[in-house]
Amino acid sequence: MLKNTRQTYGWVSIVIHWLMALAIFAMFALGLWMTGLNYYDTWYHKAPDIHKSVGMLLLFLLFFRLAWVTVNVKPEIMGQAWERIIALMVHRMHYVFMLLVMISGYLIPTAKGEGVSVFGWFTVPATIANIAKQADISGFIHYWGAWAMIGLAAMHAGAALKHHFIDKDTTLTRMLGMNHHTKGENE
Amino acid sequence: MKLKLYLPALILALAVAAPALATENYVIDTAKNHAFIQFKIKHLGFSWLLGRFNTFEGSYSFDEANAANNKVSVNIDVASIDTNHAERDKHLRSPDFFEVEKFPAASFVSTGYEATGEGKGVLKGNLTLRGVTKEIVIDVKQIGAGKDPWGGYRRGFEGVTTLHLSDYNMVKSLGPAAENVELYLSIEGIRQ
Repeated sequence: MLKNTRQTYGWVSIVIHWLMALAIFAMFALGLWMTGLNYYDTWYHKAPDIHKSVGMLLLFLLFFRLAWVTVNVKPEIMGQAWERIIALMVHRMHYVFMLLVMISGYLIPTAKGEGVSVFGWFTVPATIANIAKQADISGFIHYWGAWAMIGLAAMHAGAALKHHFIDKDTTLTRMLGMNHHTKGENE
Repeated sequence: MKLKLYLPALILALAVAAPALATENYVIDTAKNHAFIQFKIKHLGFSWLLGRFNTFEGSYSFDEANAANNKVSVNIDVASIDTNHAERDKHLRSPDFFEVEKFPAASFVSTGYEATGEGKGVLKGNLTLRGVTKEIVIDVKQIGAGKDPWGGYRRGFEGVTTLHLSDYNMVKSLGPAAENVELYLSIEGIRQ
């Protein structure tokens, strides 16, 4: 089952969700670590190259994800009315901040018209360039946007665990693909 | 007879007019970009890394007869630093180097000039950079002067000096080969 239903997530959503969750946490840690590296560190150039390459791939995946979300139904959010409103807002804010962080990240190295090489496989050309203070403003948004993103993800994870252990509903398990055999699969 | 009468007045007039004529005032031609503030610093000791400041303005006075009257003043927009690499320029603007948020402007104001030969001299002045003011010495050489094809009069110089990064509180280590930066100035002025 690839597509979502009103009850549960399809495999495409599940794989993208966990892949991005993992990659984003790793990118956050990598970003914090690499910006503190000494000039003579072996990783001084390698780490940012990886960060930028993965970042561009994540941005493309995010575009696909947004398209996928719009053509798929969204499984119903469980919980009380206020919980559902907050959950929906947090979900939406994830998309907003992912876009913000990834695009602002892309706008740093491309600020003067240079492209971004993705693992040497291909180069993503610059689009918006040469705006006054572009790299600095983008860097500021990228840094604080990333912290906000991680904050949102923490709220989201906390809520998922609350649903799983306290409410004992399928909020978490359906994102793990464990509810594909329950009723309503073909709705 | 009449000449004798007018002579003192003539001498007085000349005495008043002479210094004004001798000191020429120039505006550095940044409008048409005939002036450059370049720097170079060794990369790991293997090669030179070149960069420049794109935005600055300044003026100078030049006195052919009395070099002691020569004066220069320049203001630099530090954030305009350009090494042809967006990420490096961003790093250079950060607190690791120029900290442009806190110190957006740099300036040079001359304090003295000493001729050392035909069209050559030593220009002393105060450089304010990253909140630190230090006296520096620039070796200056005139490249040429004369009427330009558009009705103006121009005069150009080049200058070189060496700065120590640590003097301006730039303590981020770039390695032992990169503790100093060499400045190369190419300045063309339009006489006012």
